[in-house]
Amino acid sequence: MLLFIALPLISVVLQSIYAPHPAVLVEVETCTPLVGCTTETAIDQEATADLRAAKPLGRFVGLEIFKDRGHLALLEVKEIWGATSSFEEFFSRLTNLPFYRAMYFTLTFTFIVTPLVVLVGFLVALNVNALYQKLRGFVVFLSLLPFVINPLIGSLVLFWMIDSRGILGTSIQWIFSDPNLSLKASTGLMWIALIVYGVWHAAPFAFVIFYAGLQTLPEDQIEAAQIDGASRIQQVWYVVLPHLMPLVAFVALIQLMDNFRVFEPIIGFNASAHATSLSWFIFNDLGGETRQLSSASATSVLTILGVTILLLPVLRRTWKDFREKK
Amino acid sequence: MSAATEKRSTKLRVLIYVFAIFWLIISAFPFIWTLWGSFKVELDFFSIADWTFALTGERTTAEYGRAFTAAGYEGAWVKEEFWRNVINTFIICFFVVCTSLTIGTLGGYALSRSGYRYTFILLITALIFRAMPPITLVSGYMLPFFEWNVWGKIPTTVIVLVAINQPFTLWMLHSFFQNIPKELDESAKVDGCSQFQAFRNVIIPVMWPGVITTGLFSFLLAYNDFAVTSMLLSEENRTMMPKVAAFLGTTYTEGNVMFAVAAVVSAAAPLFILVMLFQRQIVSGLTAGAVKG
Repeated sequence: MLLFIALPLISVVLQSIYAPHPAVLVEVETCTPLVGCTTETAIDQEATADLRAAKPLGRFVGLEIFKDRGHLALLEVKEIWGATSSFEEFFSRLTNLPFYRAMYFTLTFTFIVTPLVVLVGFLVALNVNALYQKLRGFVVFLSLLPFVINPLIGSLVLFWMIDSRGILGTSIQWIFSDPNLSLKASTGLMWIALIVYGVWHAAPFAFVIFYAGLQTLPEDQIEAAQIDGASRIQQVWYVVLPHLMPLVAFVALIQLMDNFRVFEPIIGFNASAHATSLSWFIFNDLGGETRQLSSASATSVLTILGVTILLLPVLRRTWKDFREKK
Repeated sequence: MSAATEKRSTKLRVLIYVFAIFWLIISAFPFIWTLWGSFKVELDFFSIADWTFALTGERTTAEYGRAFTAAGYEGAWVKEEFWRNVINTFIICFFVVCTSLTIGTLGGYALSRSGYRYTFILLITALIFRAMPPITLVSGYMLPFFEWNVWGKIPTTVIVLVAINQPFTLWMLHSFFQNIPKELDESAKVDGCSQFQAFRNVIIPVMWPGVITTGLFSFLLAYNDFAVTSMLLSEENRTMMPKVAAFLGTTYTEGNVMFAVAAVVSAAAPLFILVMLFQRQIVSGLTAGAVKG
């Protein structure tokens, strides 16, 4: 098992510091009588193949790939920093670079969707808990659907409805009385649609967890709060919420990780013109005709670093807890 | 909560039910709509002229004489040979579930009985793996697979999926095993069982619910995976998800969106049944992780 976890990681890192061999060029002089001699540059197929066979990884380039235009683009960033005066201008030009654009969307998506999911999940859980007992199972069943179904399928189902010819798209056009309102044409709308999809997809997960937490709520605490004259909102705020706090932390953590790797909705919504994420970036590099393995690997390494930074506080806390338990 | 329920005013009651219905519409309506629409022609599914066409199937009637047509399904399943992808999907799911459960039960049992030290490492690996997008690992797999000439084959993909899934499976089964008291296998051993017999005859029967839950989650992972399968499988070995994505590329140009709609509905149907049958297990699996973690 460890073999399959550790080896690919090493392989990814290795590939990210190697670039494919350039083709070996030779100058061929062809001389024809009467016309004279011409020199042509041609690809020496044999030598190229030999070189590739000898060193399948490619030539060693160190951190070059990380620095090129497709990734961290250090040169361009420096140039933009020097050329722009205000921060907003710098930011808008920075997000034109592909890597930073993807990063920008990934982070926005993560930090908008995560709190929304927690909020919606909590509200729905409170609500369902107040329903008539026999209805609850049915509600849980229906609400699990968007979560269990593959993100690609879920996003497609939603996309066809939001499409300017679909039912929701038409309703939105009708509400704003603007027949030209179309998801495909507007970056802002596309981002909103992706975020709505993200909440729709993940809220059931939060709901189920919170709902299970509500079942373990100690009744005497609620009663005590009622005797003390707490209003309903106060009961929720001071009794229910503290009781669910560990679960809120758990859901937020899982959501942070899941949203950071947002990928399928972008394919489903056909949104790559308006929004790209880091995962989509890798997919795109790998999927093309040329299979740019080293570029994809470099992005992979950067993504893994991003995840690690995101998780670092959690990891530290878990480690501390573990040490204390010992 | 009975005391609290009695005191609710009618206004609040109405509010609660309105919100619940609203939530149900949000979560279920898109699926019902797509299912309904998949039996129509494209002009009805995306009705520009009049949205009620999508309900009544005006154009579908004009074209086929009835308000429902299976033309989309026929196109997807027969013309585009979607059934191949369905078979591939189930082969892959079956082997992924079997392999990861075999390794998972044996490994999880061993870990839970061997003391305290592994718990933290296991938890952290499971966590990191949960966090890492699987696609970041794919580029690491690809070059060696090309070199060894095993790219595009089903067994290779099964191994990769199992590997990605394994830390999570181990973690889940491990926490299930820890709930089973040690006295149980000790008493079995006192009665003359060997360690393995104790595991097979005593622990496994008690473990069934846990094994089923974990199996469900590995199934969902294998079934829903898009990134790994689309990158590691060759064209004829594709599973459903990459095929649906491939439909999108070709059908938008050919104007055959209904093929994709039909394929999406077909791919979602097994999950629908799965949730219906195993709702309790899915919920308990989701919450088990939360309570332990």
